Amino acid sequence: MRHTIAVLVENRPGVLVHIAGLIARRAFNIESITAGYTEEADVTRITIVVEGDNRNLEQVVNQLSKLVDVIKIVELTAEPSIERELALIKVKARPETRSDIVDIVEIFRAKIVDVNRETMVIELTGEETKIDALCEVLADHGIVEMVRTGKVALSRKPGAAKDSE
Amino acid sequence: MKMTGAQAIVTSLEKEGVELIFGYPGGQVLPLYDALYDCKLRHVLTRHEQGAAHAADGYARATGKVGVCFATSGPGATNLITGIATAYMDSVPMVCITGQVPLSVIGKDSFQEADITGITAPITKHNYLVKNAKDLPRVIKEAFYIARTGRPGPVVIDVPKCLMTTTIDFEYPETVRLRGYKPQAEGKAAEVEAVAQALAEAKKPLFFVGGGVINAEAAPLLRRIVKTHRIPLIGSLMGLGAIPVTDPLFLGMVGMHGTVAANRAVMECDLLVGIGVRFDDRVTGLLTRFAANARVAHFDIDRAEVNKNVVADLAVVGDLRWSLAALESAMADLAGEGGRRWEDWRLQVTRWSEEAPLSYQKSDDVIKPQSVIEEIDRQTKSEAVIVTDVGQHQMWAAQYYRFQRPRSFITSGGLGTMGYGLPAAIGAQMGQPNKSVVLISGDGSFLMNCQELATAVEHRLPLKMAILNNNVLGMVRQWQKLFFNQRYSYTRFANGGTDYVRLAEAFGATGLRAERPEEMPEVIAKALATEGPVVMDIRVCADENVLPMVPAGAPLDQMINGEVK
Ligand SMILES: Cc1ncc(C[n+]2csc(CCOP(=O)(O)OP(=O)(O)O)c2C)c(N)n1
Repeated sequence: MRHTIAVLVENRPGVLVHIAGLIARRAFNIESITAGYTEEADVTRITIVVEGDNRNLEQVVNQLSKLVDVIKIVELTAEPSIERELALIKVKARPETRSDIVDIVEIFRAKIVDVNRETMVIELTGEETKIDALCEVLADHGIVEMVRTGKVALSRKPGAAKDSE
Repeated sequence: MKMTGAQAIVTSLEKEGVELIFGYPGGQVLPLYDALYDCKLRHVLTRHEQGAAHAADGYARATGKVGVCFATSGPGATNLITGIATAYMDSVPMVCITGQVPLSVIGKDSFQEADITGITAPITKHNYLVKNAKDLPRVIKEAFYIARTGRPGPVVIDVPKCLMTTTIDFEYPETVRLRGYKPQAEGKAAEVEAVAQALAEAKKPLFFVGGGVINAEAAPLLRRIVKTHRIPLIGSLMGLGAIPVTDPLFLGMVGMHGTVAANRAVMECDLLVGIGVRFDDRVTGLLTRFAANARVAHFDIDRAEVNKNVVADLAVVGDLRWSLAALESAMADLAGEGGRRWEDWRLQVTRWSEEAPLSYQKSDDVIKPQSVIEEIDRQTKSEAVIVTDVGQHQMWAAQYYRFQRPRSFITSGGLGTMGYGLPAAIGAQMGQPNKSVVLISGDGSFLMNCQELATAVEHRLPLKMAILNNNVLGMVRQWQKLFFNQRYSYTRFANGGTDYVRLAEAFGATGLRAERPEEMPEVIAKALATEGPVVMDIRVCADENVLPMVPAGAPLDQMINGEVK
């Protein structure tokens, strides 16, 4: 099973390396890891998607909790939450295929953010499965290159992760 | 008060009550050593940074205080690594301060630059690369707090040289503020009551005692519980000394070289209560068969230990001084029974102990290594602090010395570091100047840090060192003998042997030798009566195996030479 966990850490050099290192050393299966600023300047929020049973998850959470720079860990799979990923996809677009691609973009409520003679760049935000689906359709046209952020997630509950139990 | 960063480090260490520092100077710590020149702190110059790290570790284990060591940047700092990893694996509180190249040249592959915070991340409880001189007092305060609280461990502070010469306004913080670090002293009372309940229901309960009991200074509490309820115990290597090993309820060490009684008890108990243990693979053998008939209760300060190796049916997370005290009260109803409800079980396991004691074939022709440990035990009245290296001699020391007190057995359990013994013994002796400290080493291990004899001589330490000299890497040879068809690949020293008596003398220590069984007790007696450091070269037979033995990955009831007679 897949679990999404949010890890609030001190915004210090080396913390991300430390976390990534710990995960690698303990051979946990990580699907994605993203990091970025939060509402507090000195706190970084890392979203990690781990694959494994509950015991694996318990170990990941417990081992990460031991790091002095880790302030808080919340498992988001356990509560209602919003999960999003961003993708930028550069796809081949010849004059005769452009309108087809534009249609696809509309259906997915994606955005065309750049166009040149041979390619277009499409931006899509959404759940992972939606991005997978778009990629699949665009593959027929030829994906030149693509980048995905990995998942970020936020609980739907009123409070903040940093204040939760 | 205005002072330089170097003076701030030294002053902070004084505020932490540090008495002793083990270290080795170099370019990037010159200002720090300059500050040491006129302060009250005592610094011990070892002959290798690895020696400094192990000495700080041995000091910490012998005293329960935080060990401190210094090294310069680059090679000085990397020489500490084995020592830091050793301390980390055995949860030893330590603060290591390393010099670093100046901030302006960090990251430029400067002379003697090494990314020491990067290198030590997986083997420290926490580490710091200090970027601002005014942070030094706070960082040192935090480092000591982190090292000694919760589950203890080593902390590294990497200090760029330029900070040591920067002038700051020194103020030592009163408290630490670490929002990501709140060691949990007290756990949940309900968890303890659940264990007390399980004990009341159990027919065959067994306590399994680890190094955590010693770290937490919880041995007296445990002894009280055991005295009242008379529940049998087994110990891990790190747990030896928590309970006097001569207590009839103590069945001995469990695991690969554990006693028959201890290993059988694990396989047959119906409730195993792990106390400050981490269920290491050398203890459990085949995990799926470990304590297969038992519910497992696990007391530990580190939540991450629960369910890591062995799944716990019941867990109590918290400081053992809290949790064992809580267990004692939760078991108050049963106190009047004096453990009568477990009488049959107790009789059964103590019978196993009597029927299958540790034993070896005695000899009049060659010196049996086990007999050396027995003789040291006899002559030191089981009261010495025993420090070991790693190998067969370590296991024999664990099996045959009759430890009576916590902190009387100092050994590298988790990492199994050869070369640990001599420097750790130096640290232990300096931490406990009035105790008799005896190093039990092997000829292989001794050579790995024998340069520290110079340190022992310089400080005229009354350290006694017994080398169980079999001229082979005994423990590896034992595995080759048992599992590799006696193909003894590179485990014999083929240089014709090293003359340890002359080696000792070259360093200015006393050297003694025993070649015949009848000489051995005299040599030990003479060593114990001689002032200053003494090396005993005890020529033991090479063909001896540490027994009983559970082969790696086998269940605990499959022991070589573990039949009950
Ligand atoms: C630094 C290090 N290198 C290698 C080993 C592997 N090893 C474990 S025991 C052993 C032999 C130890 O020989 P010695 O110190 O002579 O002790 P003996 O087993 O003969 O008593 C070796 C090589 C180790 N534990 N540590």
